[in-house]
Formats: sequence, structure tokens, C-alpha cells
Amino acid sequence: MQCPKCHAPMHTYNRNGVQIEQCSGCRGIFLDYGELESLTRLEAQWGQQAPPPPAPPTAPQGYPAAPAPAWGAPHGGHHGHGDHYGHKRHKSFGHMLFSS
Amino acid sequence: MTVPVLAALADSARAVAHRRSGGACVCGDGGAVLADRADASVVRHGDVVAKAHAPDTDPAELAVRLDVAARLPGVLLAPSAPGATRLHGRLVTFWPHGTPVDRDDPDSAPWEAAGALLARLHAAPVPGTIPPMRGPAKAARAVARLRAAEPHPAAPPVLRAWAGLPPWARDEAAAPGPLALCHGDLHLGQLVRGPDGHWLLIDVDDLGMGDPAWDLARPAAWFACGLLSPREWTRFLDAYRDAGGPAVPAGAADPWPALDVPARALTVQTAALAISKAVAGRRALDEVEQALVDACARMSGVDVRPPELAPDATK
Ligand SMILES: [Zn+2]
Repeated sequence: MQCPKCHAPMHTYNRNGVQIEQCSGCRGIFLDYGELESLTRLEAQWGQQAPPPPAPPTAPQGYPAAPAPAWGAPHGGHHGHGDHYGHKRHKSFGHMLFSS
Repeated sequence: MTVPVLAALADSARAVAHRRSGGACVCGDGGAVLADRADASVVRHGDVVAKAHAPDTDPAELAVRLDVAARLPGVLLAPSAPGATRLHGRLVTFWPHGTPVDRDDPDSAPWEAAGALLARLHAAPVPGTIPPMRGPAKAARAVARLRAAEPHPAAPPVLRAWAGLPPWARDEAAAPGPLALCHGDLHLGQLVRGPDGHWLLIDVDDLGMGDPAWDLARPAAWFACGLLSPREWTRFLDAYRDAGGPAVPAGAADPWPALDVPARALTVQTAALAISKAVAGRRALDEVEQALVDACARMSGVDVRPPELAPDATK
């Protein structure tokens, strides 16, 4: 299946039993008829069980808070920020991430 | 590698590239040296890449690994010719040329493809007897090189972190199961776009049976050391899980019980090589290399997390 917007291939993911199509190019998410309703219903049920805590101020720009090991860098996985990674990222990318 | 062997490698790449077109080279390609390291030399001519494998390569094991590559289209780049040939005492194999990941453009790195390809490799059926994955052997070799180098103030914390790893991660015992077909040396230089535009894994020299978490461990180590953003790490890991990869339990929120030991080993391996190179080059560690040494220093204060004690483990 191709993205109707940019024509890149779409990948199917399963979230809580609901099929979601995400574009590998523009990262757009496409829902079939009824899927938005299903997701909204699941979200409402979840909200009744336990109200989600407010988003921590240390996770800006939608960066996921990925679990990290205790020996990891102090910033690793906790409050990753574009600016912080922008610096070391370019330095490490071409050399460290390409070699054995 | 010596110049005559490189020249012979270029000659054979040219011969294979023009085998189907009458033998005469009309493309004007002088033969580009893609890599010339102690463990491998790689020369490209036209659409053909010739690789001279490490001098100590076992011919029977390489044959099995080539056979696996030929049998997993869509996951591994298949060799252009079924077997290896001898050239100046080195085993040489031939491959179609693929487009590598752009080193100057971190935003274009194919994290989703890397995760999905590994998941498919780890789930692949294993025909016959496959040699062990060589990841732990490579880590042990990097540590041996560090021990042989001149003393360096950053070496002790790295060696302490190595001593804290279980024997299997130091190549001193067989890996605990369940085992899967593993790449053994995953990094971004191990992905190319094949002729049809899809990403494929290359370099089967370390491929074999092992703990599949080892293949996730280099990106995991980069993330843990602050060299890879949580976003990129999550893209890679989610793609691996979405494709059904067996190395991390599907339902567990925290993948680290499975990743901890291999990620420590890869951090130690990378730090050990960085120090050895800094000593040989008579230069200081750079900021990125220091981040790896710092992570090794922190490992000594944190116990290894055994996967079987993890609350989320379902294996
Ligand atoms: Zn799109």
C-alpha cells in the first residue's frame, strides 16, 4: 500500500488491537473507517481507569522516554533533547556508528 | 594488505564485472578501494565488489556463511558467485555493489530497516550446522589488543567492566539459549541498498548462532552512552519488535534485562578499540570516546541484570 500523500510505502502497526497505517516517508498516520472511533473509545476507557499524569517538563518535543540502563549516560533516555544530541551526534555519527 | 594483493583483487573484480560483456573493460573504472584493513580488503569495479577476507578465515565456515547469505534474499545481500576463490593465499568473494548509508546525513539513517532486517534474520530457519556468531570473539579480541597496548589511564575502568561480564559474553563459554541466526557485527556500515532499492544486511564474516540481543547491542550501547537519541533508538527497537524480533520480550516495557550484558560488552569493545587507536596515534581520546570510557567506569558500580530475574521476561 502506498501513502496517498507522498506515495512512499505504508507500514501496518497494531496498537491495542487497532490496525494503524504509517507512511515510511512522511510519517503520516492513516486510519480506516471506524479505527479512529476504536482508538478514541480505548483512550476513554484508559482515562477512566487511571487519569494519565501530566507530561513531565523534561520530555520536550515529543521525544519518547526510553528505558535506559543504570550505567548509561546521565542524559541517556531520560530527557533527550534535539540540541543536546545535535552536538555529539554529528561528531559520532560518521565515525563511531559505522565501524566495528 | 600489500599492494600486489590489492591490485590482484581489483583485477579479479574487473574480470567478474565484465565476464558477461566480452571481457574488455569499457567502463573506465580503475577499481575503487572501498576498504583496506587488517581483517578485510574490499575493491569495487563497476557493479562488482571483491572482498579479500581476513588471513585466518576458516574456509569451511565461510562457505556455510556464504550459503546462508545466498538463501536469505531480502535480508542478506546474496553473493554474485556461490563460493570463495583463493588469491595470494587469501579467500576472496564477489558481491553485487549496493549503495551504503550516507555517513554525512544522520537523518537518513535507516533505523526502521535495520530493526526489521534483524528481526527477519533472527527468525530465519537455520539449515544444517551453523558456526557460532563471532560477536563475543570480537569483543575479546578488542580487549586483548587493549591489554597489549601501552598503559593508558582510561584502560583500567574498561578492563574492570570487562571482568564484570559473564563468561559467555567474554567468549569463554557458550552463549545461553535460546539461540538464533545472528549477524554478529551490526553497525550502520553493514546496510546497503540492493539493486531493487531495498535495504539489505552485508558482511557475513561474523554471522552465526548466538544470543540475538547481541545484534541490538551496538545501537543500545550508543543510546546508553548518549551517542544516539532516544528517538532514533526507539525507532530501531520498535521496528524490531513490530517485525516480531525474538531478542526482547514482546510485551515488556523495559528491554534492558535482555540487552544489558551484550550492550555492556559492545561498550567495552568500542572503548577498548578507541583507546588502542588513541595510544597508537599518540593522541587524546575525543569527546565521544571518553563517553564510552565513562560508561565503562559506571558499570562497575551496577550489577549485571540477569534476564531470568527480570519481572517482565516471558522467555
Ligand atoms: Zn507519506
